[in-house]
Amino acid sequence: MTTEVTKTAATTPARSQEAQESTRGVRVFRPLVDIRESDSEVILAVEMPGVGPDDVEIELDRRVLTIRGRGRLTSPEGFRLIYAEYGEGDYERSFTLSDEIDRAAIRAAMRNGLLTLTLPRAGAAKPKRIEVKAA
Amino acid sequence: MVFSPFLGLTRDPFAMLRQIEREFDRALAPFAVAAGYPQVNIWQGADSIAVTAELPGVEPGDIDISVKDDVLAISGERKLPEDAEKTTWFRRERNYGRFSRVVELPYRVDPDRVEARFRDGLLQIELHRPEEDKPRRIAITAG
Repeated sequence: MTTEVTKTAATTPARSQEAQESTRGVRVFRPLVDIRESDSEVILAVEMPGVGPDDVEIELDRRVLTIRGRGRLTSPEGFRLIYAEYGEGDYERSFTLSDEIDRAAIRAAMRNGLLTLTLPRAGAAKPKRIEVKAA
Repeated sequence: MVFSPFLGLTRDPFAMLRQIEREFDRALAPFAVAAGYPQVNIWQGADSIAVTAELPGVEPGDIDISVKDDVLAISGERKLPEDAEKTTWFRRERNYGRFSRVVELPYRVDPDRVEARFRDGLLQIELHRPEEDKPRRIAITAG
């Protein structure tokens, strides 16, 4: 039995479990989300610890809402990681919105690593009045 | 992962076993039984220990940190949003309520020299070893 252990550089083949390969080379996590609804709006709470307000990217492409967060990686000078229960990295999650949402009025607030997205419902679908002209 | 019968002969024979272990840990990570909340990472420095924890959505005022000898205790509360009662819940993945976690450190630390920082939901605690506990270097005299 060899007492000398040779370390080979870890190679990470594209994994199916990690949805995206980040250009940063960090893992991409799916953040925990709470979805609540009141009469006038839908509220999303997205947990992204280590992500500041400037590190959040919210994209709305037609009906798909994509939330991305760049996590701050802890790497204190002169310290060595000896025990880890959680991993650090980026966050990403997508949602399909219903047509009821007033897209222009979506609000986002980031505090303590928690992103709160408020999606107001468009005024109760106003029936479109179609004028009938005498032919 | 490519399994080759010849791989073990030229390199460390246990590398493959370790790789399998790592793959399993990674695959089972979402189901891992949490040792408690919050989950912590521990870093070791020259004469200090850093403990980091993820506490998103918690106000720093709702976190209590206490230190005694070689034990660090982190407790607090994850509060429900204020308007929670007026809303209907569609999906609840986050957990709420009081939490308490005890972390055993590799050595006794000085409770007067503990620094804690909280930013963007990340808690970072730095703990220092008391002066008298630091290992003393012993000089060897030729004799």
